Amino acid sequence: MDRNSAPLLTMQGIKKDFFGNQVLEDINLELRPGEVLGLCGENGAGKSTLMKILFGAADIAETGGYEGDIFLDGQKVSFQTPFEAIAAGIGMVHQEFSLIPGFDATENILLNREPEKHNYVSEIFGDRLNTLDRSEMDTRAKNAIEKMGVEIDRHMMINTMPVGHKQFTEIARELSKEQLRLLILDEPTAVLTEREAASLLDSIRGMSERGISVIFITHRLQEVLSVCDTVAVMRDGVLVECVPAAETSVAAITKSMVGRSVGTSQKREIKNSDGAKTILKIDRLWVDMPGETVRDVSLEVKEGEILGIGGLAGQGKLGIPNGVMGLYEAGGTVEFDGKVIPLGSPRECLDSSFAFVSEDRRGVGLLLDESLEWNVAFPAMQIQNKFLKKYLGGLIKWRDEKAIREVTEKYINELQIKCTSSKQRAKELSGGNQQKVCLAKAFALEPKLLFVSEPTRGIDVGAKALVLDALRKFNRENGVTVVMVSSELEELRMTCDRIAIVSGGRISGILPADSSTEEFGTMMLSGVV
Amino acid sequence: MNDKKKINLRQASVPIMFIIICIFCIPLSGLSPKMLINEIITRMGRNAFLILSLLIPIMAGMGLNFGMTLGAMAAEIALILVCDWQIVGVPGMVLAAIISVPISVLLGIFCGKILNRAKGREMITSYIMAFFINGIYQIVVLYLMGKVIPIKHSSIKLPRGYGIRNTVSLLSMRQKLDNMLAINVAGVKIPLLTFIIIAIMCLVIVWFRRTKLGQDMRAVGQDMEVARDAGINVERTRIISIVISTVLAGFGMIIYLQNMGNIATYTAHSQIGMFCIAALLVGGASVDKASIGNVFLGVVLFHTMFIVAPRAGAYITGDSMIGEYFRVFVSYAVITVALIMYETNKRKAKSAASMKLKEAQDEE
Repeated sequence: MDRNSAPLLTMQGIKKDFFGNQVLEDINLELRPGEVLGLCGENGAGKSTLMKILFGAADIAETGGYEGDIFLDGQKVSFQTPFEAIAAGIGMVHQEFSLIPGFDATENILLNREPEKHNYVSEIFGDRLNTLDRSEMDTRAKNAIEKMGVEIDRHMMINTMPVGHKQFTEIARELSKEQLRLLILDEPTAVLTEREAASLLDSIRGMSERGISVIFITHRLQEVLSVCDTVAVMRDGVLVECVPAAETSVAAITKSMVGRSVGTSQKREIKNSDGAKTILKIDRLWVDMPGETVRDVSLEVKEGEILGIGGLAGQGKLGIPNGVMGLYEAGGTVEFDGKVIPLGSPRECLDSSFAFVSEDRRGVGLLLDESLEWNVAFPAMQIQNKFLKKYLGGLIKWRDEKAIREVTEKYINELQIKCTSSKQRAKELSGGNQQKVCLAKAFALEPKLLFVSEPTRGIDVGAKALVLDALRKFNRENGVTVVMVSSELEELRMTCDRIAIVSGGRISGILPADSSTEEFGTMMLSGVV
Repeated sequence: MNDKKKINLRQASVPIMFIIICIFCIPLSGLSPKMLINEIITRMGRNAFLILSLLIPIMAGMGLNFGMTLGAMAAEIALILVCDWQIVGVPGMVLAAIISVPISVLLGIFCGKILNRAKGREMITSYIMAFFINGIYQIVVLYLMGKVIPIKHSSIKLPRGYGIRNTVSLLSMRQKLDNMLAINVAGVKIPLLTFIIIAIMCLVIVWFRRTKLGQDMRAVGQDMEVARDAGINVERTRIISIVISTVLAGFGMIIYLQNMGNIATYTAHSQIGMFCIAALLVGGASVDKASIGNVFLGVVLFHTMFIVAPRAGAYITGDSMIGEYFRVFVSYAVITVALIMYETNKRKAKSAASMKLKEAQDEE
């Protein structure tokens, strides 16, 4: 890499907000030909949004575009679609595979860019009836794979390939594009074995020698240091650091990734439940939840505590409550209060007085077309026969509308749900208020154990504080054990007593909530897969 | 390897079931082998082209296209017109084919556009749409023909002066295609020209799979989102696949009707989709995978059962209606079973993936 050459890519003053919610603030970034930039940051730090802006993703334009300028080779550009970005020489390998399962590697590498042969029929009916030039396809795929420097079988079907090879197929597809000058790799090593990851790093070095710039997003900091020329760290939508890789270390990067300005987390009492009895015992749990696979998790929850489960996205923290509640296929044993709870049966869980506030608020959490009253009272009515009037010795059960209204209004006041009346339909509320309804619904069940999954996802700061306060209050005053899953470490530290960090589908450690952010940060990144 | 064999066996279970039924019924039917083979050959020539028209939408991931009924209706309208113009024999059939193309294309585009709004529910949507278009077809044939579209010959017109009779005789075209170049092998008549046309159609399908459009359809069929990200126009590709299928179904219907020798104006098309799809499924095809081999195996097995079941039924119960009932019952049952098996296989594959996770954990 030549430090003195003109920059290939310059981003100046990039700002982006989603409906008033600022996610990127004044990002300035420069990239030279052949430079490898490592981009680090926690989930939600704005890495993906920045890359989407660069790559012309549709949802950026749909949400009002962005501020600031992007220059490619000194030319100002603003891509409206990914196709424009690709034409300009930018390639991106996404976290999710974008491959056709029943095609072999060659067909996928050249998908919709197949070399063609003319024939008589296509002269009349148009170019789409050209036949494919299989031998030319083979040559091009071979060249692209050679360019990558990793050997994969180009005639192997995608659905029979190991994940690592799928990843390499995607990279080869980008490399087969002649015009490629800048390649964005979004957590490419997440699915690779150690050896595969090492060969990927080699191939990144090879690309860089050939003058292709690479933006490398990863949580594996060791890789960043070994392959990148420059390391950029983002936090809360701000570029906090951009230094040559030689001048930094894993510890320094971790610190700037998770470290927040002092004074945000106020002092508060942390309950020590070491002496309390174990109310929930999870042993060797596995859960097959797409994108949140859990492997071999053993965990004990003490009565009366708030246990936080944190970790980076995709590491399996969401899989734990979803698996225990029986929403996804799972195995292992779960013991509650000395009694074994069968997996795969939400009803049994509810009967044992668990409650679950799902991260999928609109899908699992709410009856969107029904009134707040129904939403709050429905599970309690269904599971515990509450809010019912019995006639003829229980033969006929009628809804007790008055009791339902009372309990709904109680929670509307307590949780400050903003609504026109308790008869309003759930889908008309804002995200934050919908979340409060989900909580009210769980509270109305009066559970012994409450699972809360991502309670503050997508809601504004004011509502966030209220939701967390309500949870704490519910725990402290009613003695309900709470297990809270969240991607935001800071909010876990503010709310919980102990925090378990999940990494690579396993528990990498449990710490008291007042441990330092560095300790949590190291743990989050330790077993990342 | 073992896994693969198991899956193949499961896919083959429907054809195997039918082979067993046929083996059981053939001796009971009392048909001589020569008669049986003659019947099967005739029906193969009659139906194979129609079933081949189903292959392309399956390739494009649109499932079994009940919308082929639309092409059949287009062909019937074309044949009625050609009949009225008294253009006879093979030239008449070619003209009918040419007339049917624009009608099929229009109906195909309409059908494709609607199916694009019902992604993932193509089968039921096309099935219901066939009923809807049947209504329009009836307006055209029952009212417009004779009132708006001139129909000269009273032999095909209803006595009231407009509308078409229940049955239109195709005597002028009856088996004209089949008899051309027909050869006789040991008393079995083989309609060589029809088979040549079917063979050419198979070659066209094989060739089509190797074109850019064919490749795009396969990509769209497997993963629409990935295909879209790669810049393939998914909607247009899907519409083209339905249009091709509808046009081919029209040609297939002309071949079918020339063999029958008459058009049952109001019912000929209504069962065609159901029987062709049942035959294809009997041949071992599934909703997302079908080959030319499935077509021929399906035609032979399904029609063997069709021929022998009523006779076997008559032999066992003394009532031929029972056999008739049995074959209708079986064709619906086949479709149901094939659809259920398709869903179960999908679920089993998913559950197998979960089990791998458990095994990986146990190994540690």
